[in-house]
Amino acid sequence: MNDLSPVSLRSAALVGNPNAGKSALFNALTGARQKIANYPGVTVERKSGRLPLPDGASVELTDLPGSYGLDATSPDEEVTRRVILGELSGVDAPDVLVVVLDASNLEQHLVFAQEVIALGKPCVVALNMVDLAERDGLVLDPAALENALGVPVIPTVAVRRRGLAELTAAIAAAPAQGHSHPRAHLDMVERRMEARAMAEATIISESVKHRLHSRADELLLNPWVGPLFLLGILFIVFQAVFAWAAPLQDGLEGLVGLLIDAVKGAMPASLLRDFITDGALAGVGAVVVFLPQIIILFFFILVLEATGYMARAAFIMDRMMAGVGLSGRSFIPLLSSFACAVPGIMATRSITDPKDRLTTILIAPLMTCSARLPVYAVIIAAFIPNRPVGPGGIIGLQGLVLLGLYVAGIVGAMVVALVLRRSVTKGAASGFIMEMPKYQLPRLRDLGLGLFQRAWIFLRRAGTMIFHVTIILWLLLNFPRAEAGKDQVDASFAGHIANGLAVLVEPIGFNRDIALALIPSMAAREVAVASLATTYAVASDDEDATAHQLASQLKTHWSLPTALAFLAWFVFAPQCISTIAVTRRETNGWKWPAFMLAYLFGLAYVFAGITYWAALALGL
Amino acid sequence: MDSQTPVLTLDALPLRRRAQITAVDWSALVDEEARRLRALGIDVGAQVTVSHRGIFAGADPLAVQIGRMTVALRRVHARAMQVEAL
Repeated sequence: MNDLSPVSLRSAALVGNPNAGKSALFNALTGARQKIANYPGVTVERKSGRLPLPDGASVELTDLPGSYGLDATSPDEEVTRRVILGELSGVDAPDVLVVVLDASNLEQHLVFAQEVIALGKPCVVALNMVDLAERDGLVLDPAALENALGVPVIPTVAVRRRGLAELTAAIAAAPAQGHSHPRAHLDMVERRMEARAMAEATIISESVKHRLHSRADELLLNPWVGPLFLLGILFIVFQAVFAWAAPLQDGLEGLVGLLIDAVKGAMPASLLRDFITDGALAGVGAVVVFLPQIIILFFFILVLEATGYMARAAFIMDRMMAGVGLSGRSFIPLLSSFACAVPGIMATRSITDPKDRLTTILIAPLMTCSARLPVYAVIIAAFIPNRPVGPGGIIGLQGLVLLGLYVAGIVGAMVVALVLRRSVTKGAASGFIMEMPKYQLPRLRDLGLGLFQRAWIFLRRAGTMIFHVTIILWLLLNFPRAEAGKDQVDASFAGHIANGLAVLVEPIGFNRDIALALIPSMAAREVAVASLATTYAVASDDEDATAHQLASQLKTHWSLPTALAFLAWFVFAPQCISTIAVTRRETNGWKWPAFMLAYLFGLAYVFAGITYWAALALGL
Repeated sequence: MDSQTPVLTLDALPLRRRAQITAVDWSALVDEEARRLRALGIDVGAQVTVSHRGIFAGADPLAVQIGRMTVALRRVHARAMQVEAL
């Protein structure tokens, strides 16, 4: 410690280009002691953790978003710039800047590094991923780089914890050190030339090795093999999300069911007991049921990102997404939404362009998620005859209608994306300019940490809201209490709301029973089936039997145009509070979820109406 | 530049052919994209090779090798860049 200048060191931040290995270094330095929040007023994630120093004290270490320069082009880079310069209100400028460089891409990474160092703040350089540089056949001289930059340069390999102690010591010593020779202000072109010169001076020798990642790209971006490989990966991901999640979801639901039974056994029948079982515990169930899908999907997404394949998938799909004004980065989140829009919307964080990201979030609920299937299945089974159609009669009419519903969702999403990109989310460009990272093996520790953080964010932010709304729905259905012998639902607030709603939905062919089913199914679409079953007094412990009985009941109460309108409604209707909750969390406010609700209900109403009247006109 | 050779733009550069960017029509690009490209070092004087092209219609986007980095960009960006094969 330098006695002459007792500088209190409170905070440090990691800065550097994207793909410099900052996050891995951050995880290695802070371990699991991490906090994730948003920066004030923006949806950019703020990751910070405690870094213990050699003298026993500790500093708050922040992992700043990757950036190519202080001249920001994205909200992420804007945050980085403002934090470094101390312009972001509520966030103190870091006392020490740790510039993270990819040792095998110095020529590029030294450009931003010079810009940061030129600010004159205490700086330390982490020459990261030196092992990968060695793999590429590079032999580096850190001392030469230290000499050229005028700040300490520490070689590190975050994933193998190499150089971490030295880096921490250098961070602790940085405030007292100062720059040995402050650099003159250079412009971008000069910095680039300087970076090239410094990189050349640092590289002692370079054996020409055909780099692993270019060989992998030959295969994975090959016009024939590439798309097939992607298709294979997607098949595995989908299989996992559907097949692996189901037993876990059943298990979690079973667990909540056991709890409910336990409460029922322990307490006498009362309104309080009903509140605990059907309100609170059902609310918990509604939240945890999403966890298996979120964890499985994010496991794959994190692996794809960590290996560097995600950028290749975006590259392959970019042309198709460009057709509707999006980019390849939107592909995976949208595809994920076929399983469930909740993890899909959470996955949009990898989309760097804010307008692209917002558009993707807004159209994600149009992808036919797995919760719509029970609704579709019941209505199709009841109203669509299972007869073969088409040449040779190999296609079943029921399957065709189901396919039509999926296609309607996709086409709807494409049209909405096109319209949004020209109106609400109009932006200069959604250009696809993206660095393709090197291929790497994912680290289990980083994966585990990432999964835990995603699950925690969902539980804490979206989960609390889903829980609350479930309870509110229960209250609406159970108050005021019905007089003895009268139907509780009819007497409840929900019943009264349904009466009002019935007038509103009558023009699109919906009766009061449907209006009543729409209210609890705000919690989740599949609740519509249970709710209709209750209304038509179909009760059975066996789900298949329930569906069968319900189908025959529906046929006597609904006309075919009504049933078709109901299907059309569910293609669009945002009947899932979890999606709304996640949208609120991911867009940092109520504006966009409100917009989403309005436009989706609007579309649902219009298309259900069109379907109803068209079916009537056709004499169905 | 030799007046007889037609102007070659990056989108028309054959795969794996080394070339140097000789001029960029920045006015053809949105400001934000222009800045992003420059930040990635895709600017006059840079040596580039096109290593991959997109699979679907229009051979869009392109994967451009610059230094030790591969950058994906769209054809509209590449069309704004004049190159000279090396």
